[in-house]
Formats: sequence, C-alpha cells, structure tokens
Amino acid sequence: MMKRNIALGFAAAFTASAALATVAQARDLTVVSWGGAYQDAQKKVYFEPFKKASGVAMNDESWDGGIGVLRAKVQGGAATWDVVQVESDELAVGCDEGLFEKMDYTKIGGEAAYIKPSVNPCGVGAILYDFVLGYDKDKLKDAPKGWADFFDTKKIPGKRALRQGPKTTLEIALMADGVPPKDVYKVLATDEGVERAFKKLDTIKGDLVWWKAGAQPPQLLASGEVVMTSVYNGRIDTANKNEKKNFGMVWDGALFTLDSWVILKGSPNKDAAYKFLDFAGKAENQSKLSENIAYGTSNKDAAGLLQPAVLKDLPTAPDNIKNAIEINVAFWLENIDKLTERFNKWAAK
Amino acid sequence: MTTASLTGADATTNVPLKRRLKRAERARQLKAFALVGPLLLFLLFTFAGPIAGMLWHAVDDREVRQVLPQTVAALAGWDGKDLPDEKAYAALASDLQAARAAGTIAIAAKRLNYAQNGFRTILFSTARNLKAAPEAGTAKETLGKINPAWRERSTWTTIKGASGPITSFYLLGALDLVRNADGAIVAAPPDQAIYREVFARTFLISLGVTALCLMLGFPVAYLLATLPAGRSNLLMIFVLLPFWTSLLVRTCAWIVLLQSKGVVNDSLHWLGIIDEPLRLIYNRFGVCVAMTHVLLPFMILPLYSSMKAISPAYMRAAASLGAPPLTAFLRIYLPQTLPGIGAGSLLVFILALGYYITPALVGGAADQMISYFIALYTTETANWGLASALGAVLLLATVLLALVYGKLVQGQQVTGGMKN
Repeated sequence: MMKRNIALGFAAAFTASAALATVAQARDLTVVSWGGAYQDAQKKVYFEPFKKASGVAMNDESWDGGIGVLRAKVQGGAATWDVVQVESDELAVGCDEGLFEKMDYTKIGGEAAYIKPSVNPCGVGAILYDFVLGYDKDKLKDAPKGWADFFDTKKIPGKRALRQGPKTTLEIALMADGVPPKDVYKVLATDEGVERAFKKLDTIKGDLVWWKAGAQPPQLLASGEVVMTSVYNGRIDTANKNEKKNFGMVWDGALFTLDSWVILKGSPNKDAAYKFLDFAGKAENQSKLSENIAYGTSNKDAAGLLQPAVLKDLPTAPDNIKNAIEINVAFWLENIDKLTERFNKWAAK
Repeated sequence: MTTASLTGADATTNVPLKRRLKRAERARQLKAFALVGPLLLFLLFTFAGPIAGMLWHAVDDREVRQVLPQTVAALAGWDGKDLPDEKAYAALASDLQAARAAGTIAIAAKRLNYAQNGFRTILFSTARNLKAAPEAGTAKETLGKINPAWRERSTWTTIKGASGPITSFYLLGALDLVRNADGAIVAAPPDQAIYREVFARTFLISLGVTALCLMLGFPVAYLLATLPAGRSNLLMIFVLLPFWTSLLVRTCAWIVLLQSKGVVNDSLHWLGIIDEPLRLIYNRFGVCVAMTHVLLPFMILPLYSSMKAISPAYMRAAASLGAPPLTAFLRIYLPQTLPGIGAGSLLVFILALGYYITPALVGGAADQMISYFIALYTTETANWGLASALGAVLLLATVLLALVYGKLVQGQQVTGGMKN
C-alpha cells in the first residue's frame, strides 16, 4: 500500500510540475486568421517574410470567428493566441468587454497611415471586403444590375441564396425594395422598416436557399443550384482565378465591412505582436496582399502601389465603393438577438 | 494480501479475525478505487464539471449588479408601482460614471438589452451625455432630460428584473415565456416565440430518423445475423465503412447526390421520369435522408448483436407447432430482439437530438435543430445565458425520455415481451 501511495503522490507531483512548466514556458507568437485561400495569401506576403525579416519565431492558426470563442480564451486564462483577426462586431463587443489590449498606434506607424474606418482603439484594420451580388456569367444572359433584379423572379427565374440570419439579409431586402443605400439603417431601425424587409423577402421565399459559410456561395453557383447569391467578393475572385469560373459581381448596393487585427488581453508576446502588426501595416506589404486576393487593405498608400488592372476588382476602388454601405455594427449589436428570433419565426412559417 | 500473510505477520498480534477481514476488505476497496480513480477524475473534469457550469450559466445573473451596484441596492426596496425616488436616480448617475471610467458599461448593457431591445443605446448615450455628477436633488430631472426612457416605469423594472444574483429570465426565454412589468409570467410576443417550435422540430426529426433507421436497419441486421460467416463479414464491412467515414464527407456526398443538378435528379431526368428537378435538398427531406444514412450503423450494430444470440431452433420449433411464419415472427423472434431495438433506437434518437452539422449543411432555414441555436448563441452573439438555458431544457427533456424509455423496456424484458 505504502509503495503505491508514494507512486501516486509522485505521479501527482509530476503532472502538477509539468503543468506549471508549460505555463511558465514562453510560447512563440501565435497569429490567428480565417484560414483558406485568404490565410494562404497572408502566409505568402505577411507571415513568411516577417519571420525572415525579423527573426521572430511565430506560428499561425485559423479560426471561424465568434466572440464567445475569444471570451472563453481570455476569461478561461488559456489564451494561447496573441494576434487575432476579428470581424467588426467581434471588435466592438470584445473592446467593450475588455478582451483586447488597447492598440498603441505609435508602434505601428501612427494613426495617420491608415484609412479612417480602420482606426479603432482596440484594433487596426486589416482588410476591407464586400458582400456583393454574385452570378454565373455563363448561365445568365442578362446580367443582374442590383438587388432589385435579385428579387425579380420573372426577369431571372431560378433559385437564389442569401446568408442565413437577419444580418445582411434585411439590408438587401430593403435595397431591393427601393431604399437608397445610405438610408437603409434609418429605415431598418423602425418596426415598419423591419416589416417591409420581411414582406419583400416573402415575395421570393420559395426560391431562397440559405448559406452559412463563406465557401458555400461559389459552390452553389458552380453546381447550378442557384442563379444568384450574396457572396464575399474575394471568394468570387478566387473561383475565377483558381477554378477558371466565369462569375460576375455587382458592386452597386454592396455591403462592406472591415476585419481588424487585435492583440488578446494579457498576451505574453506583446512586443513581437506589435512588430508583426507594424510589418503587416506597411503599404508595400499590404499591396502584395491585394495582388494575391481581392481585398482592400487599411494603409492609405497601399492602393496607390497597385496596377489599375488589380485595383478595379477591389472593394476599395473608387467606382466600387461609391454606392456601397458599411454594415452597421452598432445597429446589429443592439438588435441581433431579437431579429434572429424574428428571422427564424419567419423562416419556419 | 494473501492468506499466507494473514497467518504470518498478523497472527502474532491479537487482532480479531473480523477486524483483519475488514482491513483486507478496505484495502481491496481502495485498490479498486485507485483503478477507477483516473477515469472518475476525467469524467468529473470533462463531463460533470462542464454540465454543472452550463446549468449554472442558465441562472447566473450577476452582470448588472457588478456594474451598477448602487442602483441595484437602491432599487431593492422599490415596489415597482411608480417611478423610483431621487435616491435611485442619483445612484444610477454615480454608477454610470464609475462604469464609464472602468469601461464596464457594455457588460450591463448587453444583459439589459436582452430584456428590453434598445437598452444598450439608452445606457451608452446616457453615460456619454452625463458630463458631471448631477447636483444633489436634480438627478431625476437630469437623467430624464438626457433620455426620456428614464421617465418610464418599464425601464426601471427591467433593471430591477436583471439585478440578480440568479434569474429565471433565460430559462423562461427558452420556453417562450417572459415576465411582464408586474412580474407575472406571460407568453413571449409572437414574433420572438420560437423555441418551443424548435424543440418540437428537433424531437420530431429525431423521432422520424429513428423510425427510418429501424425500418431500414432491421432487415439488414437480420441478414447479417443469419448469413454464413464469410458473406456476413463482407456485408458487415459495408455497414462499417460509412461508419468510419467522416460525418462531414458523408453529408457533402448527399449534397452532390441530391442537389437540383445532382446525380439523383439528373438520372431521373435522363430516364424521362421528371421534367423539372425535384427539390431533394435544403429542406426536411434532405435532413432526414442524410441523418438516417449517418446514424444507420448505430441502429444496425445493437440489432445485429441481439439477433446473433437468438437460436434458429426457436423459429423451427414454432413452425413445427403449427405457427404461420408471421405469427412465429411476431410472437417468438421479435420479442427476443426487443433489447436490440431498444438500445439501437435510444442511441440513434439521442444522437439525433444533438445533430448540428448535417441539418446546417443540407437543411433549409426552417429545418435547423436546437443545437444550431445553442451554437449561434454560444459563439456568434455570445448570449451564454440563453444558450445554457436551451441546453438545460434539452438535457432535461433527454433525461426524462431516457427514464421513460427505461421504464418501458424493463417492463417488456421481464415478460419477454409476451403477455403471459
């Protein structure tokens, strides 16, 4: 018996000390992004060159988003990530909840270097991208002009796809119903506006398919399951480049949003994190990203370094952003729960 | 401990045999416990702990009292009939200023916004416009001027209702109920009452999939159990192969098969059976088909093992005593497979209840099961209270069903399923 107790005690002591050792052990800088073609591009123009240039040891992981994930990481005390790319609503909520370090712009080239929407006390803009109307040029003779055509099943028969949930769906419905892009959120903030959006959605309810992940819309188009879909502009571009598709986009009435880099609260690698963000914030590095994947970037001078041929397919090109609206984070923070319930009620009818 | 040691070392001491036996027994118990100890710890940490945490999150309501402590204290004695007194307004003003400095307003705003849409804006704009602490006696007036919501009784009942430390708010919400301004429990407004329907949908789909699995799995299991070993092993591999394939791969395969220009529709079109493609996916049909396929092995394997144990002599005996085949099957064979049917059905049903990926990929907006909403509130909107409450209701319903099932099956097994 005695012997076994000693053995057990030893085992317990050993695991405890091992656990302590891993906590105390400094880990490499860990940068987390969205995976897929986008992260491959980032590896090429940010991660690998940064490792070479700075000698900082870093590794990258990917995630699917969700403020709950970050909250669990920070509050659970197991923050194994340092720099994370987040969507705009995650940035706002996480900033309010104190999940991120305050961004020190003096270490990343100063606020003046970045376009205005990308400067935030808790993070710095990484990319700007759009939800656009996407369609297959090979299958549609008459290209749709905007969201009104998306809802016109007489003119363009067939199924269409939208992102499941109220966000982006209600804005699109209102624009299709003739609300000018700049007034969308004003209208949506009223009960009548919400009614109006759902009434518009009713008109094509039988022809709607709902997608949940960004990879789905290009697949739905490619398989001929739908004739039009809302889609991230970068995905259309990737499908055209890598899979020789002939997909088209409508920039009019696009909804744009920004993703930002944040540093998780309590990161042990803050200095390395700032070094990385400084590197990823430089115009010459950002312009290389846009050459690899069709996203706009946050440095003011990055667009100027691009070939016109590349620029014309970017969300940040003057013609493309003219009639686009920014997805209103504050509105959705306030209304997402209620409108999600409302949306699902409508869907189940 | 061997008998030799009992006669050796212990015999010299005058310890009574009974006590020595007890000691030996205790040593054995300790040994047994030491063997299961690691597993027990593992289960506590990975299973019981998180479930307890989830149940706690469903009632935990300390966010508002953390951020607005003075306001909560001032409202403790408020009867809720008229507007609260000046003291409460002053407390709120002071709380808001402190919270703004500490950057904690969002925590309270999020919680209050669940109960009253728009509260987020009320709280943030009030804090922003409250430049300095209002002079003594003017807090009520000042706050009312900044935002007229502070002149409404309902604004204050919302704060009082969220003052914790525990709440029924989320659990009621998971059952489509709310408390009104007077604290009575009433039905939620119709455009927000969705969860009962989602629970019903979840149970219905699970039940349907279980029935389909039983109908398809029973003959297959019978075939497996009665074929000679060589051929039955080959068939068994066909059952197990999909079982070992990733769930995601099998679900995506169904997308390829069922989509409007997919294998099934194209074949039917080529055969001239249909002109227009059938809608086989992104609806309830697709969900049931894909889930049945994914869960089928869980039905076949328990059925197979119970059928393997049934001697063919029973059926021959029944036939020789003059029972027609159907009677023999119903009275002799079927009752003996009941444990397998029960185990398989329960396994499939409970697994189906928690399905998330398959309905998400092949279902429409009206086919999302409860896990979809739990995941949505956990990761996307971070409404952990509601997510936990939905999880708690699902857990309770599942446990109840399992208990009822246990009672039913026990009764069956005692009599072998036959009425004596």
